[in-house]
Amino acid sequence: MNSRNSISFSWLTGIGLASLLVFMEPATAADDQFKHAERLYDTYCTQCHGVNRNGNGLNSAFMSVQPRDHSDAKGMGDIPNSEIIDVIKKGGLAANKSVLMPAWGGVFSDEEVSQLAAYLRHVCKCGSDQ
Amino acid sequence: MKPYLLAAISVSFFTAPLAVHAGEAPAVLLQLECASCHALTKPENTSLDRLWERKGPDLYYAGSKFNKDWLVKWLQDPTKIRPAGEFYRKHVKPGAKEDVVDEPSLTIHPKLTTKDAEAAADALMTLTGPEGLIEKGAFKNQKVVPSMGTMYFNKLRGCSACHMTAPGKGGLSGPEMATAGARLQPDFIYSYIKDPQKIDKGIWMPKLDISDADLQKLTSYIVQLSAKEDKK
Repeated sequence: MNSRNSISFSWLTGIGLASLLVFMEPATAADDQFKHAERLYDTYCTQCHGVNRNGNGLNSAFMSVQPRDHSDAKGMGDIPNSEIIDVIKKGGLAANKSVLMPAWGGVFSDEEVSQLAAYLRHVCKCGSDQ
Repeated sequence: MKPYLLAAISVSFFTAPLAVHAGEAPAVLLQLECASCHALTKPENTSLDRLWERKGPDLYYAGSKFNKDWLVKWLQDPTKIRPAGEFYRKHVKPGAKEDVVDEPSLTIHPKLTTKDAEAAADALMTLTGPEGLIEKGAFKNQKVVPSMGTMYFNKLRGCSACHMTAPGKGGLSGPEMATAGARLQPDFIYSYIKDPQKIDKGIWMPKLDISDADLQKLTSYIVQLSAKEDKK
């Protein structure tokens, strides 16, 4: 391989790797407006909802009720914003859902809950308010 | 933790004159040996970023948290308390279906000699944390029927979503509870369940609204679990 081909090959490899990295990132990757919500999600929510936000978190294998798949546009689109906010703050029981989703109102501020609700819409690419 | 850091800590632990320092200035001893991974004084920075960066649990209230006998034993033969490491998020990756623990990314706590473990435990027990952090005397030590305790832990409060009570029984993002009763003082267990955010600001365990009666049941259940383990 001559040096020109070698450079082209390197470029292509670089572009290929960069594309791969882009696609490997969860659909949720960093819009600045969601930066804090994404950090909160990564810290508190991924343990059950998964690093890919698909409900397959580390703990999900041991749970009798599977965590919500936040990447599911249909399932998430059917849930009104008010219910999303209620469930984050007060837990699954607030919407007659599983006790395994705990109340995070003692950890997040109201502002952070709103940011998380907006972030979930970003993740599922679905609905606004209903 | 990087292997070289572990090695440095291990080497310093085994070479520092622990016995000489232990009687005089336990805080200095711990500062030398443990402070690179653990907070020995209450951190001013309680941000989320700090939580992501810390290498081990805070120890500034270790004397109000741990049972000394357990500490001496564990420091000589450390076992995995948190199945997914101190901060699960840094040690999980997508698996075939569920996320899994990235085992090679986990590090092992340095192993101490009996003498060093005793000196370290003595020093740690002097770190009791700020007044009121733990509710001393809160636990009433009322026995709970195991099936009732299991129901509270699993079904009514959902603790099992994150905590194992036995291998394969319960989630992996929190510390295992099978040996928690041997490891932890009951008042600490009670206080932590009541308000984990007061003790460990920002931690990925929610503060739930739990009555004193239920806190007593859950604490008793956890303490009894450990007693069951001891009989095995």
